[in-house]
Parts: sequence; C-alpha cells; structure tokens
Amino acid sequence: MIYNIPYIAVAALVLLGLYALVFKRNLIKMVIGITLIESGVNLFLITLGYRTGSIAPIYTSSPGGIMSFPVPQALTLTSIVIGVAVLALMLSLVIHIYRHYGSLDVREIRRLKE
Amino acid sequence: MSIPDYIIPLVVALPLLGAFLTPLISRVNDKLRNIFVILILGVNMALILLLASNILTEGIMIYVFGAQNLNLPLVRILFEVDAMSIFMAIISSILAFVAVLYSWAFMKENTGLDKYYTLILLMTAGMLGMELTGDMFNFFVFLEILSIASCALIAFWTHKGESVEAAFKYITISAIGALFVLFAVALLYGQYNALNIATLANLIQYNFLDKIALALLIVALAMKAGIVPLHMWLPDSYGSAPSSVSIILVGATQASLYGVFRVCFTLYGSSLSTITRQLDLFGRSLTLYMNSILGLIIILLAIITIIIGVLMALIQIDFKRLIAYAAVAEIGYMFLGIGTGIAALGTTYGRTALEGGIFHIINDALDVGLLFLVAGAIYYATREFSLNRMGGLARNMKITAVFFIIGLLAVAGMPPMNGFASKLLIYESTYQLSPILAIIAILCSILLLAVFVKVFYSAFMGPAIPKFKDVKEVPKSMLFAMGIIASIIVIFGIFPEIVLNNLVEPAASALIGYENYIAQVIGGI
Repeated sequence: MIYNIPYIAVAALVLLGLYALVFKRNLIKMVIGITLIESGVNLFLITLGYRTGSIAPIYTSSPGGIMSFPVPQALTLTSIVIGVAVLALMLSLVIHIYRHYGSLDVREIRRLKE
Repeated sequence: MSIPDYIIPLVVALPLLGAFLTPLISRVNDKLRNIFVILILGVNMALILLLASNILTEGIMIYVFGAQNLNLPLVRILFEVDAMSIFMAIISSILAFVAVLYSWAFMKENTGLDKYYTLILLMTAGMLGMELTGDMFNFFVFLEILSIASCALIAFWTHKGESVEAAFKYITISAIGALFVLFAVALLYGQYNALNIATLANLIQYNFLDKIALALLIVALAMKAGIVPLHMWLPDSYGSAPSSVSIILVGATQASLYGVFRVCFTLYGSSLSTITRQLDLFGRSLTLYMNSILGLIIILLAIITIIIGVLMALIQIDFKRLIAYAAVAEIGYMFLGIGTGIAALGTTYGRTALEGGIFHIINDALDVGLLFLVAGAIYYATREFSLNRMGGLARNMKITAVFFIIGLLAVAGMPPMNGFASKLLIYESTYQLSPILAIIAILCSILLLAVFVKVFYSAFMGPAIPKFKDVKEVPKSMLFAMGIIASIIVIFGIFPEIVLNNLVEPAASALIGYENYIAQVIGGI
C-alpha cells in the first residue's frame, strides 16, 4: 500500500489539473491547472525509476548498493524545461489578453465565437 | 546511388541551426536574412528529395546518435526513416519553403521579422523531427518545439485581440495533448523499459495499460490534428494567424496526423488483428477484432468531421475561417480513408482506401495551402477578410483569381485537379465497405464546391466596388509562391499515377508492413 502512494498522488494531481481546466473560468487558474497536470506526469516518470532504498545514479562516487534508474530522471528534466517554456508563453499570452479584453474571465474572451 | 546516413539528422539540424543564426544575420541586412532563410529551406528541401530517392530505392534508413552502429542495450536516440516518414517530410518542406517565399512581400510591413523567421525555421525543424524520429520521447520533444513555435506565430499579430485569444486556445490544447503523449510514453516505458518505437512495437502485448496508452495517444494526436469533437481551436488558429503561417500550420496538423498513423499501424501494428472480445448476441457468436473496432470509431469520427466542417463552412463570412472549416472537412476525408483502411485490413479495397487517404494528405496540404495564400493575397491588396465587403476583385487581380479557381476545383475534388484523384480512391473503396459512407462523402464534396463557388462570386465577381478601384495585383514573390503550389496541383491532377506509384504506394506499404520497420532495428542488433 505504501508503495502506491506516489501513484495515487499522480492520479490526484492530474485529475485536479483537469478539473481546474474544465471548470475554472479564470485564465490564470487554467494555466495553474496545466502546471498541475505536468507535475503529475513528472512525478509519475520519477516514480517509475525509483527502487526502494536506492541512491542517486552518480557512477563516479557511488558508495555501492542499488541506484535508481537514470533515464526517467533525464526525461523528467527535459519535460520540466519544456514545461517552463510553455508556462512562460501562456502567461505572456494572458498578459496580452488582459490588455485587449480588460478581463481574464473566459466568458468575456470570446470574440472568435460563431 | 547510396548516400551517407548523416543526411538524416542534417535535415532536422539545418533549420534548427538556421533558426538561431537568423537573428544574427538580421542585424546585418533584412534582405540578406530573407535570402538566407529561403536558401536554408531550399537546401533542406533538396536534401529531403535526395533522401527520398535513396529510401524509395533502398528501403528504410537509420541513424543512431552518438554511436557507430546499433548495439545493446538500445538506450540511444535513433532516427528511423521509411517511405511514410519521408512522404510527410516532403510535404512539410514544400509548405515551409513556399511560406517563406510568400512572406517576403506579405510580411514586409511588419516589425520583429527576425523573430518571425526564427520561429518559422523552428516550426520546420519540429515538423521534420516528428516525422523522422524513431523514438517516442524524441517525438514528444519535437511535438513541443512545434507547438511552442506555432503558438508564438499564431499570436504574431499581437495588436489583434483575436490572434492572442486563438493562440491561447492553441497552446492550451497543445500543452494538454503533449502531456497526454508524455503520460502514454511513461506508461509504455514503465512496462517495456524502452522508448524506441521499433523495440516497443516488438514487445507490445496489448494489455490493459497498453490500451490506456493507446487511448491517450490517439486522443492527444487527433486533438492536435483537428478531428471533430476537438476541432474548436483549428478555425480560430488558422483564421487568426497571418496567411503565411496558416499554410505551415496545415503542415503542423498533418505532422500530428502522421503521429496517429505511426501509433496505429506501427506501434500497435501487431495488435491490430487481435481478437478483443467474443460476443454472444441473440444466440449468434460474434468475434470482434481490434482493427474493426478502431476502424469503425475512426470512420464515425471522420464522417462527423466532414459534415460539421462543410456545414460550418457554409455559414462563415470571414474568408479565412471559411477555408479553415473546409480544412476540417478535408481532414475528415483523410481519416475516412485511413479508417476504412484499418477496418478492412488485408483486403484489396482496404489498401485502396489507405492509399487514397495518404494521397489526400499531400493534396489537402496543397489545396488548402493555396486557398490560404489567395486569402492572404486578397488581404494584402484590400486589407479585408470579410466576404460581405469584397467584390469585383477579378478586374484588378486576374492572376490571383485564376489561382483561386485552381484551388477551388482542387478542394472540391473536380476532375482536372489533384483532389479528384485521391477523393475518387476514397469514394470507390468506402463504397465497398458501406455505400452510405461514399454517398455522404460525395454529397459533402458537392457542398464544398457550392461553398467555394459562392466565395468566388462574392470576392471576385460582381460589380466593381469604388473602394477597390486602385487595387493592384500582389507582388511577384507572392504570385511566385502561389504559382509553385498551383502548378504542383495541376501536374498531380493530370498525372496522378506518377505520385501514386512513386510516393503513395511505398508509403502505404511502409505503414502496413510494420514488421520491416521493427526488423530494421531489432535485426540490426
């Protein structure tokens, strides 16, 4: 049971993020929702590589024993960097939207609705 | 003739390098920068054609990063290029090349063009990377590069609220889609300890977690390809972006479409003919195969996509939104061909449908691309997107009017143009699966013709409007860009069998023959 806690956390984070995306009306909260999903996915990747009692995979100064698997960590790093880029882009768009529409409410940002 | 395998990474590296050199060159001279970007994409297109000729004669090519050849354990990133990948790469490179030619005059009055060209090159690198890679995580990375670059380009006209709004929609959809892809990659990686598409396809067992991964991948990529329940971002983005960007966005959605193919046919290729369920219906036992279920779902979505795309196109008054809805309908035709191909896997007409669907990808890119360029040309000349305020433009813009007629006939699938060749293949094969599908497809094509005839009349015909008395024909670079696409359309329309035999047929074989794709990597170890 104790080993399943990270996976439960992953599911909780992703579902929370999806909830924020679908039901929240504020653009900033939607951005937060996407960040939550991203954290969930990153946590999932990290958890996949972890083995009980393992140490960080640094080969040159290893005290022995098992190491956690390095590939998911490399994937997570890449994913974090990409996530920062997406987050920055989204927030800059939110700033522009606020300048044009004077609001962050999705119900008022619908000039393209037809 | 055999070419060295380092051409493969060069195809992606060249636009990437060019992207970061562009701002530097832009400081020297604007004209020099334009020539530089056109040169980069021109050379890239030549390299891709060279690669294509080699692959079509000698089969799949592989490039492994950081190693001389393949060895165990396979932790390296590798690019695996088969006929389908190179087919998509040709489309992307043509679209990108035409777009920069067109931008020369079209974007002249804008500021910040160094960033504009940088982002266009990044988009090209992203598209080509997605199409050539043989690694799932690499696919995700290029997907994100593509999304970020295209989102920034959609919002390029930041002085318009609509552009920024459309860009926000696009990045939201893309970010969720990409995270779904990453989640699916993690699910597959956790089970099989591999990221390589060929290795994964070899090991895949089609258990419960694999089904979840399949659903996530298909949903995410179909969302980015703009299939109907998830198409709402597409008309907004296509309609609000500059025309030269819209044409590359067509290529971007098709790169996601390629992802759907790769996942269905290669990654889950061995599971396609698996029996999923034995049903006992009213005393008759019914065996359900994975391919018929998946195929029927795709066909259903495709039919809805076609109908909604055409009906929404009918009521639009904004020129570019109208074309965007027509593009949605065209995506439906591709999925119809592919869906029929999956549902009738192994039969002759299933293969014809698959070929029709694949052929329609390149035709759609050219037809819809040409229409977007014409819409951009009209905007350039008149500063007008609304069809209600246009009229009589054929008097002043004769050549553009001719290009529009070519695009119109091609998109509606009329005989002398390329759209007819691929749509005919789709009609005749879907008819054998179910006549109703073919009837709906033909009816919607006719409606599409009606839509565009209406547009032609309201934009180009009718009495001369005094406001447009001094409208001139657009500059030569734009005419040249439109001319390239229009001539390819006519050539493909007159000699469809050349493309069918040399490009489409190998691509269809590459999709169906997933064993070759796997053996090329696994056998090499």
